[in-house]
Amino acid sequence: MPALTDLLFYGFAGLALLFGFLCVANPLSRNPVTSAMFLVLTICSLAGLFVLLNAFFLAAVQVLVYAGAVMVLFLFVIMLLDLKEEERRKLNKVALGAGTVAVAVIAGILIRAVTSAKPAADKLVEGTTKPLGRILFTEYLLPFEILSLLLLVAMVGVILLSKKELK
Amino acid sequence: MESQLQQYLPVLVLFLVAAGFAGGTLVISALAGKVGRRTKTKDIPYECGMLPEGPGSSRLSVKFYLVALLFVLFDIEVVFMYPWAVVYKELLTQNAALILGGMVSFLGVLFVGYLYALKKGAFDWTR
Amino acid sequence: MDSIKYLDPTTQFVLFSILKVMLVFAVAMTGVAYSVLVERKVSAWIQDRPGPNRVAPFFVEFIPVIGPWLTRLGIFQPMADGLKSFLKEDFTPSYVRKVYFWLAPAIACVPSLMTLAVIPFGSTLGNAANKMVIADLNVGILYSFGIVSLGVYGIVLAGYAANSKYPFLGGIRSSAQMISYEIAMGMSVVAVFLLVGDLNLSSVVDYQRGGLHQWLIWKQPLAFVIFMIAAFAETNRLPFDLPESETELVGGYHTEYSSMKFALFFMGEYAAMIAASGMMVTLFLGGWSSPFGSEPAGTILGGLVHIGWFLAKVAALMVVFIWTRWMLPRFRYDQLMDLGWRRFIPLALANILVTALIVAFTHK
Repeated sequence: MPALTDLLFYGFAGLALLFGFLCVANPLSRNPVTSAMFLVLTICSLAGLFVLLNAFFLAAVQVLVYAGAVMVLFLFVIMLLDLKEEERRKLNKVALGAGTVAVAVIAGILIRAVTSAKPAADKLVEGTTKPLGRILFTEYLLPFEILSLLLLVAMVGVILLSKKELK
Repeated sequence: MESQLQQYLPVLVLFLVAAGFAGGTLVISALAGKVGRRTKTKDIPYECGMLPEGPGSSRLSVKFYLVALLFVLFDIEVVFMYPWAVVYKELLTQNAALILGGMVSFLGVLFVGYLYALKKGAFDWTR
Repeated sequence: MDSIKYLDPTTQFVLFSILKVMLVFAVAMTGVAYSVLVERKVSAWIQDRPGPNRVAPFFVEFIPVIGPWLTRLGIFQPMADGLKSFLKEDFTPSYVRKVYFWLAPAIACVPSLMTLAVIPFGSTLGNAANKMVIADLNVGILYSFGIVSLGVYGIVLAGYAANSKYPFLGGIRSSAQMISYEIAMGMSVVAVFLLVGDLNLSSVVDYQRGGLHQWLIWKQPLAFVIFMIAAFAETNRLPFDLPESETELVGGYHTEYSSMKFALFFMGEYAAMIAASGMMVTLFLGGWSSPFGSEPAGTILGGLVHIGWFLAKVAALMVVFIWTRWMLPRFRYDQLMDLGWRRFIPLALANILVTALIVAFTHK
């Protein structure tokens, strides 16, 4: 059913763009909670795109970790700081400059990636858990171990950050 | 391959049915429900009969933030354990020490962090 | 029926899927309605009172013998409850955040229904291609954890939307509780997948279908206990119903809700219980297979028997859920967090390690 997958691809891609736009520049609401919820919807649309790319494990993890964990953290932070409706601020010139540079760099990477991409190999890579595990625990075992250190640093960091309150 | 992708179609259908059900019941109840008067007493937040003071939502304890962040970290840890569990038997025959040792050291490093959090009282809610 | 055979396979698949979704949805909703009745009856019996025993349509009393008995059993109570929640005043207080106030009940209800998609509720119906599961996903368990983790939003947004202190506290408490037990839940089942070697839930059932002695509850008793207690916490049931805790937070996150909006939270909770029971049956209690061992059914009758086994096991677990509620007092919040973070995580990790070692020494 190639027609349907194409249709779904454009659907999810459009939704991801729409929700992403509403997340950063919602004309109706300046409420940070609303922005966070639109980010959740963006992430779910991206998960839909991953499914269409046969990256099933990635799609499930995208929902589980990003939508289900990271965004809950965002909501907690918004409520921790008790952010009210954000007022419309004047544009900061430095921030504008830095933002433009960042966008240019990302766009550059994107263009390079798209132009240098080779047509898909004749055999599609299976995006399910088993092949992923096979590669992760043989070829990429070292990065995997280093990741544990990264997580450890984050764990120690968060406890140090909130230590004042705990004592 | 194609069939695995196909399996996600019913998920979409189920989502539409569930969302339609939830939305439908909300609309029907709004239409069919009794329309009452909006009296002043009815329109204040319920706090066991006391008159509410101050804003409805306040800032919450930093502990919740701590729990949420630790949750993210542990969630990532758990996510990595699934591909490991699935290929464990298969890779045992190739290099048993590597597949077992790899995960043990991964978890060992994180367990140090866990012990640190424990020692610092991150999970202690009595204080 | 014959005309179906002339359609191309894709159309057949789509039609069959829609049929399955509708059936599962209908059964789940009936299950939700009647587990509320069972809850009321069981609590009544435990507290030595009759429970709902009056409501019935007018014609029932004319049926001899069975009529009064059905009325006493309260069979018609769920229908009256459902109708009543449609007709009650749907009050939206002026101080709430309107959009979230309307969205939160739907967001709370949908994920618990979505979890049902990956649970195999039967083997086949005659034809081997027609697997009795809505979506036979390779990443089955991860899908269900992902959807379960989205369930947090319904509750936290309900608390936020009400713009009032008790619901806000209830919502925040609940989300912290749910995320804490998600870790324990996720870790406990890793040991199961070490044995099975596939995240697809159909293969988990295949692994256990040799009979009672093959059920994973015997090989992974600790994982089962952790998973079950975590499921209680995930569904906000006593002894972990702190988000609602009537005696201190009024009703928690749904204090300000009335009419069908409240009923949607209620249905969401019971649907989550059914999904959790289905998940436990699939992971630890042999799924649709009978205790005497089963092969995938070759006939329609055999398929129906398997669905019957599945439903019976789910119903039994639901009774356990309900029974526990009326037997145990509520945990304190620090005890709840202590249990989740300081007891279950090390226990689950130790369980994984021991399982991995046993597999390493026994697997050739």
